[in-house]
Amino acid sequence: MKQVSTIHGRAIPLGLKNVDTDVIIPAHWLKTVSREGLGRGAFETIRQAPGNPFDVEDFANAPILIAGDNFGCGSSREHAAWAMLDMGLTAVIAPSFSDIFSGNAFKNGILAVELPQDQVDRLLEVAKDHAITIDLENQVVTTPFQDRFAFDIDPFRKHCLTNGLDEIGLTLERDAVIEEHETERAAGLPWLDASRKNRREHA
Amino acid sequence: MASKPRTLYEKIWDAHVVERHDDGTCLVYIDRHLVHEVTSPQAFEALRLAGRKVRRPDLTLAVPDHNLPTTARTDEAGRRLPIEDQQSAAQLAALERNAPSFGIHYIDAVAPEQGIVHVVGPEQGFSLPGTTIVCGDSHTAAHGGIGALAFGIGTSEVEHVLATQTLLLRPSKTMEVRVEGALGPGVTPKDLILHIIGVIGTAGGTGHVIEYRGEVFERMSVEGRLTVCNMSIEGGARAGLIAPDDTIFAYLKGRPYSPTGEAWEKAIDWWRSLATDDGARFDKSVVIDASEIEPTVSWGTSPEDVVPIGGKVPAPESFADQAKKDAARKSLDYMGLEPGTPMESVPIENIFIGSCTNSRIEDLRAAAAVLKGRTKAENVRWAIAVPGSGLVKRQAEEEGLDRIFTDAGFEWREPGCSACLAMNPDKVPAGERCASTSNRNFVGRQGPGARTHLLSPAMAAAAAVTGHLTDVRKLMGT
Repeated sequence: MKQVSTIHGRAIPLGLKNVDTDVIIPAHWLKTVSREGLGRGAFETIRQAPGNPFDVEDFANAPILIAGDNFGCGSSREHAAWAMLDMGLTAVIAPSFSDIFSGNAFKNGILAVELPQDQVDRLLEVAKDHAITIDLENQVVTTPFQDRFAFDIDPFRKHCLTNGLDEIGLTLERDAVIEEHETERAAGLPWLDASRKNRREHA
Repeated sequence: MASKPRTLYEKIWDAHVVERHDDGTCLVYIDRHLVHEVTSPQAFEALRLAGRKVRRPDLTLAVPDHNLPTTARTDEAGRRLPIEDQQSAAQLAALERNAPSFGIHYIDAVAPEQGIVHVVGPEQGFSLPGTTIVCGDSHTAAHGGIGALAFGIGTSEVEHVLATQTLLLRPSKTMEVRVEGALGPGVTPKDLILHIIGVIGTAGGTGHVIEYRGEVFERMSVEGRLTVCNMSIEGGARAGLIAPDDTIFAYLKGRPYSPTGEAWEKAIDWWRSLATDDGARFDKSVVIDASEIEPTVSWGTSPEDVVPIGGKVPAPESFADQAKKDAARKSLDYMGLEPGTPMESVPIENIFIGSCTNSRIEDLRAAAAVLKGRTKAENVRWAIAVPGSGLVKRQAEEEGLDRIFTDAGFEWREPGCSACLAMNPDKVPAGERCASTSNRNFVGRQGPGARTHLLSPAMAAAAAVTGHLTDVRKLMGT
């Protein structure tokens, strides 16, 4: 994973509530075996409407998206995060995120920043004409107008993001404790390992 | 010393924590991993690039479902027919290659057991009570119906589980949805869960695992419980749970992956011990009166946009907050509906009976009971019934249900996800409505411009017969 520190730039003021992952990337784009190139399908239905914020020239290559409540609800497709990355987005600010999306975003180095609705409303206003800054180290979003909005982030996720750590690599180092758990599990709940054996007995 | 009373969720969670970090993050063991063709290729590719292997291929089961066409898969001589869409074919080929090369049991596209992962898991006894189950699909929540802690994951997590058989998670908050009283005639588990989502909203369960409690669930069939838990994700909860009981044990006994002999007895003892203790506390609690629930349908583009079938399309101004007013306006525009229109007067051109929410044998029986001796209305252009698995299909055919569907003007299809998400050729045309037993009425979900009304299988059958949304109770002779 690449390291994340400060993200500064224009922010697309989308503002919509309940942006589901079908909207972020429609299902017909999921027929791929790669993570690349999904930016072309990102927010397809929104981008078809004339005058949508993605069309505004100032927001071309903007690294930040500002949205409403419950961003990323619906399907677990990580293609949503890949599509956003592919169009250049590295952070989303919203009042709340779906659980699965926030995990997928984190695993792809996309910062999901949760702020109260009134602060999001203020940023939607500022973003129309100005750049904003997300400082991960100090956990604060700032504007050129003295706004300073502090945000919370899971300490483990922050640690991984700021150091660019590979979660799978970290877990593989815990092999011994996983094995210990498997041994206990086999002794206490033996049927959990028995799937193959039973299949053969039935076959 | 008596231990602190725990919920069903807490008991399953505690039994699976491998290691607890100081910051509260836990390494959690995963007992069962279901894999399908759409969310796995990038995970297998990453494993291959990193030279990593699958830690426990024996705890992993792969089956294609999302983009398989539901038309005939073999010709008259039994030869496999090619998939026309090149990308779908490539994705299927990737799974066919990846599963065996990593030692994973693979149910192929023409196997009799093939079907939607969330139908196949319980059906094979692969999904068991008290287990942790994951799949790169948000409707994994369904398996909570048999008492498993089951939730959807992204592809990076699929890769993490393949490599380590664990996930790094933080404990969820707990939410109780207590349903009091009984469901009336013609009111099904699907109506119940649509109603619940209408009450709690699509973000109501965010950060929580829901436990559904009350007598109504004790009396509910396994299929009904899977339907309810399946749509927990539409209420924002990554997982939903119902305590496992004799109904579940009877269902699982003798299935291919179910434990046998002494292990089975031991398993039952443990499963019984998982029920929420008296005095256990939930972080949030919602009470629903079942007797108030009518057959329920959706009017908008979010699963929380539901009304009783006797109701009307709501006016955007009737909502309290501004964001919801705006969203409702957009939804009605997309759906082509005017506020105040009685739901029963909404015409329907397409019917989809299927999906991981409602494609099990009981769902097909409920629809067939309404369709028997009737035919679809003239304005219904396209009606398909898509069984959840090959085994469901075979069972339905043994009961003669396929003929009831075809006599009524339905197409009887091969198993798969189909028009629920329209990744395969089963799509609803732009601007047309579909009465759909699936789980999401999102913009474009069933095809670009398609207008989805979510409802139960019996209600979908009623709409097929009359050509408009209809209170199924009027066709039930009660």
